Amino acid sequence: MTLDTELLNPPPAKLSVRDVSKRFVSGAREIHALDHVSLEIGEGEFVCLVGPSGCGKSTLLNIIAGLERTDGGDVSAEGAAISAPGRERMMMFQESALFPWLDVLGNVLFGLHLKPGLTKTERVAVARHYLKLVGLEKFERANVHELSGGMKQRVALARALAPNPRVLLMDEPFGALDALTREQLYGDLQRIWAERRKTIVFVTHNVREAVCLGDRVVLFSPHPGRIREEFVIDLPRPRDINSVELARYSTRITAALKNHTAHNEEPSE
Amino acid sequence: MKRLIIALLFFASLLFVWEALVRAGVWSAVLLPSPAIVARYLADAALDGSLWDASLVTLRRLFAGYLTGIVLGLPLGLLTARFRFLRDTLGLVALGLQTLPSVCWVPLALLWFGQSETAMFFVVLMGTVWSMIIATENGVRNVPPIYARAALTMGSKGLHTWLRVLLPASLPFVVSGMKQGWAFAWRSLMAAEIYVTVLGGFGLGHLLHYGRELNAMEQVIGVMVVIIAIGLLADKALFSPWERFLHKRWGTAS
Ligand SMILES: Nc1ncnc2c1ncn2[C@@H]1O[C@H](COP(=O)(O)OP(=O)(O)OP(=O)(O)O)[C@@H](O)[C@H]1O
Ligand SMILES: [Mg+2]
Repeated sequence: MTLDTELLNPPPAKLSVRDVSKRFVSGAREIHALDHVSLEIGEGEFVCLVGPSGCGKSTLLNIIAGLERTDGGDVSAEGAAISAPGRERMMMFQESALFPWLDVLGNVLFGLHLKPGLTKTERVAVARHYLKLVGLEKFERANVHELSGGMKQRVALARALAPNPRVLLMDEPFGALDALTREQLYGDLQRIWAERRKTIVFVTHNVREAVCLGDRVVLFSPHPGRIREEFVIDLPRPRDINSVELARYSTRITAALKNHTAHNEEPSE
Repeated sequence: MKRLIIALLFFASLLFVWEALVRAGVWSAVLLPSPAIVARYLADAALDGSLWDASLVTLRRLFAGYLTGIVLGLPLGLLTARFRFLRDTLGLVALGLQTLPSVCWVPLALLWFGQSETAMFFVVLMGTVWSMIIATENGVRNVPPIYARAALTMGSKGLHTWLRVLLPASLPFVVSGMKQGWAFAWRSLMAAEIYVTVLGGFGLGHLLHYGRELNAMEQVIGVMVVIIAIGLLADKALFSPWERFLHKRWGTAS
């Protein structure tokens, strides 16, 4: 395999979540994390999942990643059922989950080592390519603890992109960052997504963030975790988090969110 | 450079105080020989080769047992962390035996193996292997689960996850286990050598023992100095590189 073909973007995948339920039993309590959730996500679509804490967003993401099994219903990527993690679907977490025993380049190389058919030089070239994409090419020899929170998430993004997945699953990846750093990363993520189209499922608490990034914002409500409402965000890109149109959308969605959570106060299980 | 000078000055004044105490005649010269006499003993013993031979014998015993302990302890620790039934069995045994001062193995080793090299090997091994098992197991179980999950999504599984994620992630624990194992092994070997004469060779412990028998205090102190020096050297040569790596990567204070 040559470097050029390796760096070609594979077609983004279509995801389909049909009638998925998931319960957790902890002690005597049973938690209904997901209740008959269905969601179709198109090729190259950017979908944001929003909802109050505990409504099963992370659980759904883990199920799509193949890290967690469903109790009912099925999930598939491009029509193939998902039963285990796969290189096609890369995941990013709130904590960067970078490996402290490796330097920055080593972290980005980790997934590439598990990809067959690449020589050592090719792997390093690919890793450098993605570090450049996130603007950290000068930091390949840095240690993880020397990076700021924002830089860590950039490295985590490069690490997730490097094996060239067709789907990117992001679980509150910017949740722990300050507002300014976040704004920068919104810009970067939109630029990168325009350049290397992936299907992205992005979990967040932040409605503005969801409106800024998503083609579609999906609202969840907890106990049991259900999808309540969907909003198609029809705004031109790249979007500015501070724009008036964006604020208008997020006001609407926030109101809907409050409405759904309020209805849910009385126990419904 | 400045640190070196300070260290040198410190040790020089230490010798000076020692010499002053000897001159003051508080203790008899038999109990506290002057630094010069100890130095002469060390020089003589180095020249006639007895000191080198003893050090070599001791170090050979130490390394044979210690390395075997690590080579056995590391995989056993990983397996103990991996399999619940091992944790409930071997893990408990290791925890119990690790609390046993390793000197306590000496009588048992003598009865089992006689006054032999095997007895020495056994004592050092027992000093090392339990600490190593406990530290490795503890290290693996303290790895944040998110590392394994991240690795899993990147296609790592099974043995790859163990060797490339869980093992390096628990390195801080493993290295401190190696250090502890070394300390236990070193102490118990010295005790064993002082306690029994092994026909296979005279180690530093024997030199110390005969120093006492002959009432040769300069020999006792001289050998103690050598033992301390070996301990320091081992710390610098064996563990400092690992610790530097850990400090650099993990960003822990050095
Ligand atoms: N491994 C688990 N064992 C038991 N309960 C769990 C487990 N994982 C999740 N849950 C429960 O399932 C529910 C949904 O959890 P999930 O993490 O998916 O929520 P979330 O929407 O991601 O919340 P947050 O916004 O706080 O991250 C919660 O009530 C949680 O306590
Ligand atoms: Mg979550």
